[in-house]
Amino acid sequence: MLSIKNLRASIEGKEILKGVNLEVRAGEVHAIMGPNGTGKSTLASVIAGRDIFEVEEGEVIFKGKNLIGMPVDERANEGIFLGFQYPVEIPGVSMTNFMRTAINEQRKYRGLDSMPAQEFLNRMEEKKRLLEIHSKLANRSVNEGFSGGEKKKNEIFQMAILDPELAILDETDSGLDIDALKIVAHGVNTLRRPDNAIIVITHYQRLLEYIVPDFVHVLFDGRIVRSGGKELAFELEDKGYEWIKEAQV
Amino acid sequence: MYRLNLIQLSVENIFGTMEKENNDILHELTQSEYKYGFYTDIEMDMAPKGLTEDTIRFISARKNEPEWLLEYRLKAFRHWLTMVEPEWAHISYPPIDYQDIIYYAAPKRKKELKSLDEVDPELLETFKKLGISLEEQKRLSGVAVDAVIDSVSVKTTFSETLEKQGIIFCSFSEAVQKVPELVRQYLGTVVPSDDNYFAALNSAVFSDGSFCYIPKGVRCPIELSTYFRINAANTGQFERTLIIGDEGSYVSYMEGCTAPMRDENQLHAAIVEIIALKDAEVKYSTVQNWYPGNKKGEGGVYNFVTKRGICKGTHSKISWTQVETGSAITWKYPSVILMGDHSVGEFYSVAVTNNFQQADTGTKMIHLGKNTRSTIISKGISAGQSNNSYRGLVKMTKRAANSRNFSQCDSLLLGDRCGAHTFPYIKAENKTSIVEHEATTSKISDEQLYYCNQRGISTESAIGLIVNGYAREVLKKLPMEFAVEAQKLLSLSLEGSVG
Ligand SMILES: Nc1ncnc2c1ncn2[C@@H]1O[C@H](COP(=O)(O)OP(=O)(O)O)[C@@H](O)[C@H]1O
Ligand SMILES: [Mg+2]
Repeated sequence: MLSIKNLRASIEGKEILKGVNLEVRAGEVHAIMGPNGTGKSTLASVIAGRDIFEVEEGEVIFKGKNLIGMPVDERANEGIFLGFQYPVEIPGVSMTNFMRTAINEQRKYRGLDSMPAQEFLNRMEEKKRLLEIHSKLANRSVNEGFSGGEKKKNEIFQMAILDPELAILDETDSGLDIDALKIVAHGVNTLRRPDNAIIVITHYQRLLEYIVPDFVHVLFDGRIVRSGGKELAFELEDKGYEWIKEAQV
Repeated sequence: MYRLNLIQLSVENIFGTMEKENNDILHELTQSEYKYGFYTDIEMDMAPKGLTEDTIRFISARKNEPEWLLEYRLKAFRHWLTMVEPEWAHISYPPIDYQDIIYYAAPKRKKELKSLDEVDPELLETFKKLGISLEEQKRLSGVAVDAVIDSVSVKTTFSETLEKQGIIFCSFSEAVQKVPELVRQYLGTVVPSDDNYFAALNSAVFSDGSFCYIPKGVRCPIELSTYFRINAANTGQFERTLIIGDEGSYVSYMEGCTAPMRDENQLHAAIVEIIALKDAEVKYSTVQNWYPGNKKGEGGVYNFVTKRGICKGTHSKISWTQVETGSAITWKYPSVILMGDHSVGEFYSVAVTNNFQQADTGTKMIHLGKNTRSTIISKGISAGQSNNSYRGLVKMTKRAANSRNFSQCDSLLLGDRCGAHTFPYIKAENKTSIVEHEATTSKISDEQLYYCNQRGISTESAIGLIVNGYAREVLKKLPMEFAVEAQKLLSLSLEGSVG
């Protein structure tokens, strides 16, 4: 589904990704771990297509299509979803309007008619229940005045509504208490299917107790320095990132 | 444009915008520039170019006006000759040659029109293009339309229904014939003929417009609507509108505008006067989308308008709601004189400028009575190389004890070549009144656009969403069919403003 080969990317002349290789197939959940500042969010941004990052070398192929040079909205319409580490506030734009516009633009891209109003509202309600969102979310402006935890939940809520083929969740666990974490994990697990894939970016192993990955990768200084099964996460938890750093030298 | 299926509206309204409308926006975004830029080829009865006392006599004679009205015009004209064009607004434009304008143009017609069948088919076609098919209008929307093409009001719908309640809604010229004493009693009482340069010009040469009288205690059952359109080349349009809400009455009045696309600039200098007597409420809504000129700043309408209402009686209320997206230059300050004790004045405005458009708009709230209240919500949106200014005056006179004003003036900038300016003037002559003013300036951030893009929303749609969200406070004050229209317009007029 996603194939990244020797990806090098920089910002303001500073190289952040220094040759990343990653293969994600349908039905898989991958975890990317690593200390702060090693380029995890940068990798997510480059896959999403944020233009402040310069791709110097390598390729990113999604469902057989080359993503390099493809605009952000087109990638989203192709089925890529990014759950942001720091979701931005959009005052005045209600969640209902935002989601409805998103869903209908995606449908239009795929040659489908707009989703009928009632079907859309039903879907909103269903996903609110899934994520145990009790507030009048629909009328609130996108992320405006949301607590840290609410923002993270809202990212997963949007993922649930849009039902992407590839979801990248960037530190969705940070800022969540244990109850919220379980709800979010349950939400994500419910969305797991043989025909979609998820990349979970996390700093801690905690989330991976609830969203059990098929593969774990350690990103360090712009490279994936270690890959393995879910036990790698436990090993990291035991030995700490120092262990990786030492292994590097 | 008003051909909205009301049943569909009520179902879809839960979203604030209609699903279908949203698709239309998308569709139109990918389309051409000014959608209403077509020209109707109708035989015209025109005054010769230029402005002299003879021109005024010509207009007055064509309209079969009483002597006092001709005198009113001539007095205004003589005063106008002594005046100079104002230069203080934050706008600039080449000098206007007032002798190069045609002051009267009317579609030629042989007899009085009694039914739609008698209306020039070309004209009806124009209405269709504008989206206001009069027939459908009647059946579907319950909106009475007084369509003004160039200078003569062609057909007023619904008048008969309204007449049963004693409501008079007709063209200004018709009112002069039908109820001359009412016209004479109120004309120029809110905007005197020597009020300002453009008001004097209008008072001298006004062509037509709408007249509306709501009798005592009557609540007008439908939204009254006027549709203005400038058609013939080199014609200035000088409407005159007079709305009188008698004691305890209520009316909501909507004005919409379009103009065909032309290279030359077209002058538009209207006057709207509103009188609200004791306990009366008048809501006046405008969606203005005159041709703004092309991307290089050529052509477009000069819109120099004087709109003013007076809350004459106690507990009366006037509110102005406007969405201004068009015109090359907009110079417009819908105001309220709060004369009656406990009267209320409101001004809700969204003004969008793009490319080389210039807008200098705002309001004046003149508090004369005790315990009077006014609210000003102004949302400016600038894009391209445009300039958008808010100019407002809040005056609390000595007599206006315990009065209050709240003003909120926000500016939203798209890109960094446009300008937003705020000129709030406050004059407080008593100590018991409170004037509050808040102002913000914001930008649509790259992060916000990126976030929207990542959800599959194109940049154009994202701007439409954000701008409509930003203007929501004002849009929700509009009658529903106008609100939908206004949302589309906002997105349309910002087309290509980022990227
Ligand atoms: N917008 C930006 N401008 C400049 N530098 C950036 C920007 N975003 C990230 N970086 C730099 O890229 C490096 C990797 O950051 P990031 O990808 O956010 O790491 P992680 O997500 O692993 O904590 C850091 O050194 C950071 O300073
Ligand atoms: Mg990060």
